[in-house]
Amino acid sequence: MDARKIGPHRATAPEFYMTPPVVRLRDFSRSFGDDTVISGLNLDIAPGEFVTLLGRSGSGKTTLLRTLAGLDPTTGQDVTVPDSRAVVFQDARLLPWKKVWRNVALGLRQGDVRRRAEDALREVGLEHRLDAWPLTLSGGEAQRVALARALVREPRLLLLDEPFAALDALTRLRMHELVLALWTRHRPAVMMVTHDVDEAIALADRIVLLDQGRIVTQERIEAPRGERAHVARGLRSRLLSALGGHVAEGPSPAEIIALHAGGLA
Amino acid sequence: MSARPSSRILSFGALAHTLRSARWLSPLLFLLLWELGSRCGLIPERTLAAPSTVLSTMLDMALSGELSNNLWVSFLRVAIGLAIGITIGVVLALVAGLSRQGEVAVDPIMQIKRTIPTLALTPLFIVWFGIGETPKIALIAFASIFPVYLNLYSGIRSVDVRLLEGARSFGLSRAEQIWHVILPGALPSLLVGLRYSLSVAILVLVVAEQINASAGLGYLINNARDFMRTDIIVVCLMVYAVLGLAADALVRAVESRALVWRPSIVSQ
Repeated sequence: MDARKIGPHRATAPEFYMTPPVVRLRDFSRSFGDDTVISGLNLDIAPGEFVTLLGRSGSGKTTLLRTLAGLDPTTGQDVTVPDSRAVVFQDARLLPWKKVWRNVALGLRQGDVRRRAEDALREVGLEHRLDAWPLTLSGGEAQRVALARALVREPRLLLLDEPFAALDALTRLRMHELVLALWTRHRPAVMMVTHDVDEAIALADRIVLLDQGRIVTQERIEAPRGERAHVARGLRSRLLSALGGHVAEGPSPAEIIALHAGGLA
Repeated sequence: MSARPSSRILSFGALAHTLRSARWLSPLLFLLLWELGSRCGLIPERTLAAPSTVLSTMLDMALSGELSNNLWVSFLRVAIGLAIGITIGVVLALVAGLSRQGEVAVDPIMQIKRTIPTLALTPLFIVWFGIGETPKIALIAFASIFPVYLNLYSGIRSVDVRLLEGARSFGLSRAEQIWHVILPGALPSLLVGLRYSLSVAILVLVVAEQINASAGLGYLINNARDFMRTDIIVVCLMVYAVLGLAADALVRAVESRALVWRPSIVSQ
């Protein structure tokens, strides 16, 4: 955090950043013992930007997310993250002994905590489950509570760690819509970790592809969400070949994705 | 007219069915056989009193206040002993569970304590505390420390780290993490420990009360033994059983209130 090298690195940042970034990592490395998980990583995330972090298991994406979440120590590293941040984990991590609204209100200290929790739960469509016990929720509902719990803090940085990986396909699509709606309304910077290429293409402003602790490639998607069909095919094959998948000519992209989904998971 | 026999057969069939699935039937038969054996002299009064005698003795003792007075004395011993033991157990478990230094300091001693059967300490406690109320309460307290300690300690240590991490990511302080995550997470284990402590406490009460007591259920039993009053002994045994059942019901009641969030209880 202390030795901040701004000069030479600033030039490498894309022109996209008119305002100072909310997340700024310079030459970031992390290793466990002899095992280097992330090395020499530079990353900026602009306010309100939706970034998805794509990579296979062991690529270091979860480690990166934990760093941004403040769950891992960053002593001696050039890491800037906002204080106001919130995480949605793959498993919702609701406290089973607290009712839904109390889970959302966890750690809130100011104002009418109950009303704020209610408002957040209304936003994710769960106003009827305020007093439910978490263990009675479905997977999708639990994940919506986790979203409400993150958003009630009005974070500048929202971190999503494969939040929809455990949900069925239909629920996942609904959750995509919900996340986009909430992001549009609240405009936090989002960093979402996923291993689903289609999910990344559907949601992101920018896709960052991580492999063996390094950023292999980045793709910025300018096309508005919902009108990305024409860019999706090319993006998919570029991302998959960067991930090391063999993209055969012939089968439709959807089939390729299906073929590779298992290998990337 | 033709309907009556068939309905009688039906009700007889229903009765037979009820009898076959009735769990109270065999204990009742046992009591009847016991009563029969006593009536025809097969079981002498000095070996074991008849159920009817036990019942009337119990009524007499209840009406004279003899039973309730002595029960109260025994109840106080258990209650005070448990209160002390549970408090110590909870405090030690919190110290050992919540800090590494605490664990290093407390856990070895507790593990050594575990290997000593509490009742084997009775002679030492008599030397230290005499033969009054103190050694009885001390024995009960000493015995009830460990189940609470062990279960709460392991409950604290096995709290889901992912939940703790989640709480940490929302900026909860260490104290808030303990209050909102660790303690509620360890509560089910504490209640298991509590149940064990209660049953151990009653077990130790039975033995401790035989130490030169001048009141209490143990005193009643000792007295009855000297006069070969098996009816009084059986009455006291029944009261001990009721004490055990009451203790269990108490923990159950606490559980159903404290653990309402559990799905098995939620679905009821």
